[in-house]
Amino acid sequence: MKKLIIVLLSVLCFTATSYAAERFFEIKAKRFVYTPSIIKVNKGDLVRIRLISEDVTHGFFLDGYGLNTSTHPGQEGFLQFVADKPGRFTFRCSVTCGEFHPYMVGYFVVEKNLRLYLFVLLTVLLGVGSLLIILKNKPQQAHDNNPPQEPTMNTSNG
Amino acid sequence: MDNKDKLFGLIDLNWRFELTKFKQVGKLFKSRWFPLLPIIVNLFIFVIILLAGFIGGYSSGSYNFGIMIVWILWWVMLMFILVPGFSRSWCLMCPFPIFSDWFQRKRLFGVRQGKLEGLGLKWPKQLKNMWVMNIGFLVTTFFSGLFTVKPFATFVLLGGIILLAFLIGLIFEKRSFCLYVCPVSGFQGLYAQFATAEIRRMNPELCKNHKVKTCFVGNECGYGCPWMLTPFDFKKNTYCGMCLECFKTCPYDNMGFFLRPPGVDLLSDTPREPRRLDEAWKAFIMLGIAAVFFLTMQGPWGVLKDMVRQATFKGWLIFITLHSFFCLVGIPGIFFIFSCLSKLFSGNKEVSLRQIFINFAYTLVPIGLGVWIAFSVGIILPNGSYLIHVISDPFAWGWNLFGTAHFPWTPVFTGSLGYIQGFVLVIFYLFATALGFRLSKQTYLDLSQAKRGWIPILIFLTLVTILFLWLYLG
Repeated sequence: MKKLIIVLLSVLCFTATSYAAERFFEIKAKRFVYTPSIIKVNKGDLVRIRLISEDVTHGFFLDGYGLNTSTHPGQEGFLQFVADKPGRFTFRCSVTCGEFHPYMVGYFVVEKNLRLYLFVLLTVLLGVGSLLIILKNKPQQAHDNNPPQEPTMNTSNG
Repeated sequence: MDNKDKLFGLIDLNWRFELTKFKQVGKLFKSRWFPLLPIIVNLFIFVIILLAGFIGGYSSGSYNFGIMIVWILWWVMLMFILVPGFSRSWCLMCPFPIFSDWFQRKRLFGVRQGKLEGLGLKWPKQLKNMWVMNIGFLVTTFFSGLFTVKPFATFVLLGGIILLAFLIGLIFEKRSFCLYVCPVSGFQGLYAQFATAEIRRMNPELCKNHKVKTCFVGNECGYGCPWMLTPFDFKKNTYCGMCLECFKTCPYDNMGFFLRPPGVDLLSDTPREPRRLDEAWKAFIMLGIAAVFFLTMQGPWGVLKDMVRQATFKGWLIFITLHSFFCLVGIPGIFFIFSCLSKLFSGNKEVSLRQIFINFAYTLVPIGLGVWIAFSVGIILPNGSYLIHVISDPFAWGWNLFGTAHFPWTPVFTGSLGYIQGFVLVIFYLFATALGFRLSKQTYLDLSQAKRGWIPILIFLTLVTILFLWLYLG
């Protein structure tokens, strides 16, 4: 457990000391798919996105950042921003483009994805913690191997 | 569970709070207008949904009333509030079987005495389980790329379910369709075991001394249980459709609607309502479908989207093959290995591997419900605003009934989606571990075996939770 905490602290330190860079992505939108559909940057990076449609009008809304742009064939969309929020954010088509439009999404990952690490750590800690409690507890009464007892329907306990 | 068994040391598993003790609630449950009235309201809504699918103007799914109400509002309400909160409360107000009820009873409101109309055949004994629903729901998901986006496909699905409910009602007795066929029924029943509400009889002595079981056979006030349960002694939510007939037929007002701690039914295993392999498989299938739905609908992978939306027939065949294998064989297979490990770790020789496998499969009920709630949050927050549009223009004919037809697409709190989903997954993981160890104690003969046997299952649940955390947040 100690080792795990040390590894996670190291990750945090690395995140704090990583240098910002300028990142450019050309994203093509066509038939409910973005290409590339997963883009990764580091926290603090200056991100520039050029959005190109290869069929009909498409949008690009970035969760968490609230940024929006659109494109249609012959006219590109642009976004420029600093990736200051870590985590995985979904970008979605914001212009109805056809039947599968609600599922036209991609992932924008700002490293380090502390949200994920945090919840994974929490899950592991809770699991290990619950197990330790169980293993420590000595039997206090006869082991219950029977079907559950029927609750008394005394309803005045509300 | 013993008398003082408390979940997380806080929640007394025997705690109940009766809602029907409030006069108005009790009176409502005794009235024949309830649940008929909500059923009629829902029937009206579903007629609009069917019309929107059939005659509505051309519209992509996100601007169609049927698609939005069924797959965004209804599905999310079902997984988010109705099932975890109030058990099979959707069955209470579901309009699908109204036509077969009407045919069998020859009336909607009053009570018909004597034999019901129709052939009234008994459902085949071999099929008195969840297998038809398991396969039916899985097969339905093969077409998820159509149903959830094409209005006409939703029309076909819902129309087909209503027609099937009617036809089965002509041939088989009472609510055989709801109990054994309806694709929505199975997972509601499974997850209703975790629900924080239940219908149960109150005083067992009263029922014991009541020789004519009116809740089962019916009387002038209501019908004998249409779900063919015995309301005087059932102990699980799984197959109670909450039709409330037992409230009406009980001359002693001995039926109650209770709030309770979550997951109590998972600890119930009686000869009459045992834990079963078909229910275990339902848990595996639901978990598998959640993962596949996320990958295909909320994931960024175009190749998967092309498969599920049937861009090519070959791709779709690959999808349904992999999907079926994953749900029917893959997840149960992995779980079987962990069940073997559990038996090995426990050192127990007496308990069968089958029993270990079945008992621990119920730990996937809280996990699965959490996974589906988290998935539903990912649907409603980005897409909920379409609902505001479609209520003003349900048929995509250019109406603006409530002045909201031009309401723009507005994602809500999507920046916090990951936190919400992570939080939900962890909370339900906690419930799974707390209830799971109790299942282990019920499975093995002594406490030390239960502790050792629990370790592999806990590892499995932890890995599943981490997998879904990775899917939703990673």
